[in-house]
Amino acid sequence: MIGGLFIYNHKGEVLISRVYRDDIGRNAVDAFRVNVIHARQQVRSPVTNIARTSFFHVKRSNIWLAAVTKQNVNAAMVFEFLYKMCDVMTAYFGKISEENIKNNFVLIYELLDEILDFGYPQNSETGALKTFITQQGIKGQVSKTKEQSQITSQVTGQIGWRREGIKYRRNELFLDVLESVNLLMSPQGQVLSAHVSGRVVMKSYLSGMPECKFGMNDKIVIDKQGKGGASDEAGKSGKQSIAIDDCTFHQCVRLSKFDSERSISFIPPDGEYELMRYRTTKDIILPFRVIPLVREVGRTKLEVKVVIKSNFKPSLLAQKIEVRIPTPLNTSGVQVICMKGKAKYKASENAIVWKIKRMAGMKESQISAEIELLPTNDKKKWARPPISMNFEVPFAPSGLKVRYLKVFESKLNYSDHDVIKWVRYIGRSGIYETRC
Amino acid sequence: MKWEGTKAITAPTTPVTENRQFGSKMTDSKYFTTTKKGEIFELKAELNSDKKEKKKEAVKKVIASMTVGKDVSALFPDVVNCMQTDNLELKKLVYLYLMNYAKSQPDMAIMAVNTFVKDCEDPNPLIRALAVRTMGCIRVDKITEYLCEPLRKCLKDEDPYVRKTAAVCVAKLHDINAQLVEDQGFLDTLKDLISDSNPMVVANAVAALSEIAESHPNSNLLDLNPQTINKLLTALNECTEWGQIFILDCLANYTPRDDRESQSICERVTPRLSHANSAVVLSAVKVLMKFMEMLPKDLDYYGTLLKKLAPPLVTLLSAEPELQYVALRNINLIVQRRPEILKHEMKVFFVKYNDPIYVKLEKLDIMIRLASQANIAQVLAELKEYATEVDVDFVRKAVRAIGRCAIKVEQSAERCVSTLLDLIQTKVNYVVQEAIVVIKDIFRKYPNKYESVIATLCENLDSLDEPEARAAMIWIVGEYAERIDNADELLESFLEGFHDESTQVQLQLLTAIVKLFLKKPTETQELVQQVLSLATQDSDNPDLRDRGYIYWRLLSTDPVAAKEVVLAEKPLISEETDLIEPTLLEELICHIGTLASVYHKPPSAFVEGSRGVQHKRLPGSAGSGESVDSPDTGSAAGVSEAPPAVIPSQGDLLGDLLNLDLTPPTATGPPPAPSSGMQMGAMDLLGGGLDSLMGDESEPPPIPLRTDTPQSPQLSHQSPSPPDYSPTELGGDLGGSPAMGAGFGAPAAAMPATFSAPVSGGLDDLFDLGGGVGMPMGAYSPPKTVWLPAMKAKGLEISGTFARRAGVIQMEMTLTNKAMSVMTDFAIQFNRNSFGLAPAGPLQVLTPLSPNQSIEVALPLSTVGPVMKMEPLSNLQVAVKNNIDVFYFSCQYPISMLFVEDGKMERQVFLATWKDIPNDNESQFQIKDCHLSSDAASSKLQGSNVFTIAKRTVEGQDMLYQSMKLTNGIWVLAELRVQAGNPNYTVSLKCRAPEVSQCVFQSYEAMLKN
Repeated sequence: MIGGLFIYNHKGEVLISRVYRDDIGRNAVDAFRVNVIHARQQVRSPVTNIARTSFFHVKRSNIWLAAVTKQNVNAAMVFEFLYKMCDVMTAYFGKISEENIKNNFVLIYELLDEILDFGYPQNSETGALKTFITQQGIKGQVSKTKEQSQITSQVTGQIGWRREGIKYRRNELFLDVLESVNLLMSPQGQVLSAHVSGRVVMKSYLSGMPECKFGMNDKIVIDKQGKGGASDEAGKSGKQSIAIDDCTFHQCVRLSKFDSERSISFIPPDGEYELMRYRTTKDIILPFRVIPLVREVGRTKLEVKVVIKSNFKPSLLAQKIEVRIPTPLNTSGVQVICMKGKAKYKASENAIVWKIKRMAGMKESQISAEIELLPTNDKKKWARPPISMNFEVPFAPSGLKVRYLKVFESKLNYSDHDVIKWVRYIGRSGIYETRC
Repeated sequence: MKWEGTKAITAPTTPVTENRQFGSKMTDSKYFTTTKKGEIFELKAELNSDKKEKKKEAVKKVIASMTVGKDVSALFPDVVNCMQTDNLELKKLVYLYLMNYAKSQPDMAIMAVNTFVKDCEDPNPLIRALAVRTMGCIRVDKITEYLCEPLRKCLKDEDPYVRKTAAVCVAKLHDINAQLVEDQGFLDTLKDLISDSNPMVVANAVAALSEIAESHPNSNLLDLNPQTINKLLTALNECTEWGQIFILDCLANYTPRDDRESQSICERVTPRLSHANSAVVLSAVKVLMKFMEMLPKDLDYYGTLLKKLAPPLVTLLSAEPELQYVALRNINLIVQRRPEILKHEMKVFFVKYNDPIYVKLEKLDIMIRLASQANIAQVLAELKEYATEVDVDFVRKAVRAIGRCAIKVEQSAERCVSTLLDLIQTKVNYVVQEAIVVIKDIFRKYPNKYESVIATLCENLDSLDEPEARAAMIWIVGEYAERIDNADELLESFLEGFHDESTQVQLQLLTAIVKLFLKKPTETQELVQQVLSLATQDSDNPDLRDRGYIYWRLLSTDPVAAKEVVLAEKPLISEETDLIEPTLLEELICHIGTLASVYHKPPSAFVEGSRGVQHKRLPGSAGSGESVDSPDTGSAAGVSEAPPAVIPSQGDLLGDLLNLDLTPPTATGPPPAPSSGMQMGAMDLLGGGLDSLMGDESEPPPIPLRTDTPQSPQLSHQSPSPPDYSPTELGGDLGGSPAMGAGFGAPAAAMPATFSAPVSGGLDDLFDLGGGVGMPMGAYSPPKTVWLPAMKAKGLEISGTFARRAGVIQMEMTLTNKAMSVMTDFAIQFNRNSFGLAPAGPLQVLTPLSPNQSIEVALPLSTVGPVMKMEPLSNLQVAVKNNIDVFYFSCQYPISMLFVEDGKMERQVFLATWKDIPNDNESQFQIKDCHLSSDAASSKLQGSNVFTIAKRTVEGQDMLYQSMKLTNGIWVLAELRVQAGNPNYTVSLKCRAPEVSQCVFQSYEAMLKN
């Protein structure tokens, strides 16, 4: 298991060091600094073995988190734990920065003591942790034993992510369907790979221990219902259903029930959390198409023309559109003409950045640029990185639709109808690239 | 239901559970800044202050100094004094300090014990747990004694939070003092916790037990049986994500009793594949990959399971890059073990521009593994893109990958070659060199096809500065010397700096010039003289010297033979490269998700001490898994499996020593599935090594191997002759004794494994090839019959027979490839059978089997395998695997194979036994049409270990009394009546196990009539 956990700043100074196992010594702290943080080469692997000691690291802005072990640990678990550690810290004190870590080092030690015992990760749900790790001592030293045992049963219980006795005057929930479309297109407009990775994020402000059931236009579910129910409706909705390649769920979802009936039922954590993640590859709506045209005029000039076309309902508006056209390293000057938005050559980023605030569906826009090059004797050809794009659209490119989210709380006197529900869809660009 | 449409809304950020107060906390960073000299003194004063706040501040400063690495151990007593407080925050800080320094101040650490013991009684469960958790972290022997009582109480605490903490504490205590834990009976308490009502307690107990069990490989600590498994599976649904990982990792160590149990566990584990935590997913994949081995392939569920595995594996690729890396390393293993799972998922492994380099390199590896005729066009287009990227390592790998595609998918070879030529035109130094290395491999795979490009290659001769590329180029020049007009000039130019070259290049240059000489003897005599003397006289490298001498001698004795040897046709190289050796792969599959699977090394290679030394293995397929999983053989298996981890590296070393060829891994085909690494070493030594030594001649010549003894430099005219052993003697002495045979299966035999295995495996083969003798006593062996027709086995035909040669039972087979593609990776396995026959070594098929090629294999058998009565008794069910599939057939062996050499009974004993066996057990048979005299029959039978003990003649009828003993110790007594002039014999058989009589009779008939 994890033998020790260190946090370093960008210089390699130790901010936090917690050792769990006897086989990890102080020299391990230095070994990582010397071999990884101060290494001249780019990081070649997130797992490094130095003198029979394995180091796992992740970086958050300029902070390094490293887990150390001498055993054959579950590597995936260690990384998952490091991410979780970051989440917990963010939930407690915001951004992970040197200053914040120094300001909260006592708290971090307290957390590390709780969520990692002898190197074994323990319950690390922030909701539960915040009930007893407060930096104020256990809530009031005088508090009742009843309350303490409630805490412990929650930390160890089956529903470790929610405490009992939550009350809201207004029962309300928000669902965000957040998708990122990923695309790799050839210069000729052929889709090399495209997929949507989506997340359903829920903010729940519900009283008691509500039992929820979530439904979407999942092809498998709809086909199944179609078989038994009215064929007319099934035919209609069948068109709109989507094929989900794979999905993963927050630990509150009963996986065995999903496996057998494909229904998504759960008792949600309080506040914001990620209910599910999914991935689709079929029938994706690609909101934009990028058509590049690069021409080399002699050895010192490039002509670039890029057309973007929006491909969705004219009534919808895409926002925050940004097209990034890479330029060679030996670029000396660029002239840009664009019909819409603003375009600028950024020498430090070796790219022309073209920004458009808004664009309606079924429109097209164009940019052309002349790039002057310095003559070089560099034998190596310019690698021509792909043109990448960023945008935000108010629909789900995968076609996913939320059908229902039912809430049942039998003990308290509110019903599904009394819950105010909100839903929104946001499609963003993931890695949206067109080769040129 | 009212849906409020799709308008954008922002949720209020209600700080519901936010009860932390910032305020004073914002100043904690100041503790890091103190660097004054009198610091310790000041701190001491503050620690002893009366004011609580000041105390706390002081402890914080101490902890901050500790973090930065300053030694604050001098403050030990002062800090410990602060322990008696009801401020929990302060208490935790003091505990943190204690854990760090207790070891250096053991005597003073005792001061803390009282507080711990008191805290363990506290009404607040959080305080009880904190005390027991911290106490376990104080690694001072004296403290552990005081720890026992509180720990015992906490293990039975009413609060689950305390119990789950106590469970981990047992593991801590075990780490400090294992004996104490056993003596105090904590292990049993821990086992009881597996049945606890709280899932998290179960999970922690499982984690603790698994870890303790790891350091006691032979203990039956984690007594996994269907009941406990059921409990674990129930807890799996309810515990935290981390708990699920502990439980799944533990489940993976279990071996189900049969395929039904295996399936039911799989069914309960598959829902975990949808968990958001990648580690849960990977651990579930591990359990499924392992248990799948036990499922029959024709089962519907087997196919369903395969389909279910792909999507979650693909989803792992959308995780954070570090996890992607772990996932990709694992997918690399999974793809090698079960290529079918991801064969349609090529696209997800395409490299993204922004992927970190470690992800890019791994994706590339998997792309090559998944490349097939169906997707090759796409793959090549991608690879071409990658070859223009910036990262040197990545570009090199991409170029190499293009070559691997050419070798793997024949249809694409032409396109690959032209792509490579394009790349060479870029003149980017490392691209050119990499391309030349792979083109050499393409030449070897497709001889006489792409040689037209040689001219282009030669243009780049000067830019090659890496040994591998130079060696590759030299090989090409030597190999195609007859087509390159100025080959001699080219090679001569290399010769100038001969001593500055690396060994790889030197060896290659030597071989290339000898090739050139054999092709164009007239104009290159001087050159060859020069290189031979450089290699033999001026070099310190024994490999180079020896190769030089061998060439020299060959050339001077028999140039024709030299030509045959040096210019022999080379075996084709195999298409799959860089495969992980199968035993290692199996072990790594059992370690999916862990560091071992990331490093692609067994845990023993990077873990110190006793942990992880135990090798894991996949369970056998349905029906043959018995020998692996029964707990009592567990320890034995552990011992017998230990060597492979060490020996392969040695094998590689030997391979390197002898593999004088420049050939990178691509050029020699991977050895066929050896089940133990030792054999691999032996094979390299005897097969591959010599192969390449002799210029890739396909048959290992029978000369003794002496890599370390330089021979006399004069040109002797006598060719080295093999030592004067008769092959049979050697075979009998070394490979033949029954004890040796048993040594394979039963590691209890005190035979040094390193010795016995290569001898029986390698030498036997060698001698069989050389002589084919080995029937000194003329044991009967039936003619070969077709066991597995090609139609049933996708083109693989197996015919075979059994023979007993020098006391070793052998299965002699002819494997014929009647398919269109090359077959590799042969392996064999037997089902349980009546006499426990089992392969004593792996199936030795050294070279890939090309289409229409046949190969003779002799597989030595042992009789210590698992036993199950078959119907008929001598039925043997066999599974043969190759790169294409697994095939099953059954055959019957003559029982005379099992007659052992010491089957001669004393006369007296014979008489007594004959009488002793009840008459019911006697059976009589007629052998018709046999024209042998009784003496001839007797000697013939003797050859097969049927011993005549007495002979009696009554009224012109010869009565032969004979005895034989089976490998399992069963005696069979026989009376053979032969009447002169009557071709019909009568056999009466008496045996305590009358079932065998029928078989023995059949053997009699076969032996006599043969």
